[in-house]
Amino acid sequence: MPLPRLSDLPRLPVRPEDIVPQRINRAPSPLLAAGLPWVSVMLASLAAFSPVIASAPVVPPLAFMVLLAWRMLRPSLLPIWAGLPLGAFDDLYSGQPFGSGVVLWSAALLVMDTVDNRVLWRSFVQDWAVACLLLAAYLALGAAIAGIAAGYPLPLVVGPQLLVTLALYPLVTRGVALLDRIRLLPLGKA
Amino acid sequence: MARPADRRPGFSRRAQYGIFTGYVIAVAGFLAGVALLVVSIINPAAFSSVRGAASELARPAGEAGAETRAAGQSVFAAIGAYFRAGRQNAALSREVAAARANALTMQALENENRRLKALLGIVDPAVKPVAAARLIGSTAASARRYAVLSAGAAQGVRPGQPVRSAAGLIGRVIETSAGTARVLLVTDPENVVPVRRARDGLPAFIEGKSDGRIAIRLINMGVNPLRKGDVFVTSGSGGLYPPGIPVAVVTEVLHDGGVGHLASDPADADFVVVLPVFQPAAVAALGASQQAAGPAPDASAQEGGN
Repeated sequence: MPLPRLSDLPRLPVRPEDIVPQRINRAPSPLLAAGLPWVSVMLASLAAFSPVIASAPVVPPLAFMVLLAWRMLRPSLLPIWAGLPLGAFDDLYSGQPFGSGVVLWSAALLVMDTVDNRVLWRSFVQDWAVACLLLAAYLALGAAIAGIAAGYPLPLVVGPQLLVTLALYPLVTRGVALLDRIRLLPLGKA
Repeated sequence: MARPADRRPGFSRRAQYGIFTGYVIAVAGFLAGVALLVVSIINPAAFSSVRGAASELARPAGEAGAETRAAGQSVFAAIGAYFRAGRQNAALSREVAAARANALTMQALENENRRLKALLGIVDPAVKPVAAARLIGSTAASARRYAVLSAGAAQGVRPGQPVRSAAGLIGRVIETSAGTARVLLVTDPENVVPVRRARDGLPAFIEGKSDGRIAIRLINMGVNPLRKGDVFVTSGSGGLYPPGIPVAVVTEVLHDGGVGHLASDPADADFVVVLPVFQPAAVAALGASQQAAGPAPDASAQEGGN
């Protein structure tokens, strides 16, 4: 089955661009343009404070998915060391032992950098495949670290969570792409 | 699509140094993360104050979420009840008739129990709850099972206190900040609860499996006496959990124990109650003797057991 193309997908009823009528002599607000990726990843970390009180790990690691999506959409927007502060923030809420997010997010950004250096061409399927590998490794290593901390191996627990995560990743990239359009809205004086 | 080429700095020395510094910080961040991880695995309470402050910050969002959850569930329950009204009415009438008979029996038993206890000279300490609060967050994406409670040290919540809902045991408090507390749920593998079968007092341990179910380990080996549908309640041994709180229902019998579901799903609990430690003196004495004896070979089972 061919994947749906961008032009086949239904359009948004209101495009972000329509919100700002005047475009001449306007420029993106530097605060929004630089800060939105950071804020969106941190808000995704707060998804733990959602109405769902889970007794099994079922919710995908949203913050890490948003980080990967930003990294793939705009490779130079987040600095390569962004995993250090953002991972530490995620550790405060994720319930993993403190430091696991710092290690795994930093490693993921370094791996993404190598991927970018090796691979000349980018495509949707290839990005998804790379994200699948990174997300699978992230969940497996995260469960392994949690298992060490609990003194109990937790191998098969993440299976359903992994499937949901891999299937949801393209949706997260769409969401991040929408945020990227909001990020560059000409709101301030040029 | 070709990859974006905006990472190439050209001939600018400054830009080249900037990129180099970025790599240095990234690798240093990775190493710092490894160091933090080792510290927090060796001493799990090391970063509890930072975590506490962080959950204080997110508390309003969590409370709003908890209220939404309760409202959403009651809406669905109301719609469901409308469709099932007739059948439910008949079933409930039968149940009430049976319950009325049971209540009379219970009353007689209670009287007898009180008389026998008075004969033996046992004084039941009146258990007054420490605080009632909402569960405002949980670690839904991690393999560890924690929840965050909307009451903390300011309300008298202390680490070690058991947490229950109307339906059964939820877990125990492990970290507190001023207005929030972190609860280790029964489904976390580190949490081991001493239980007995409600029917006949068969002793067992309950250990979380981290996938929403719990493992039931029998203390006496031999023929497995478990049946599907057996209810386990806390036994009070270890001195932490008060006896008689429902914990789990057996859903699958294995050759040396069983797998069960929680009596009280934390997702269904609107309000939960924090109880005082059942026998603080016994818990303190156990902790002291464990410290004197040094780390046990199976440390995780030991520290979670009481």
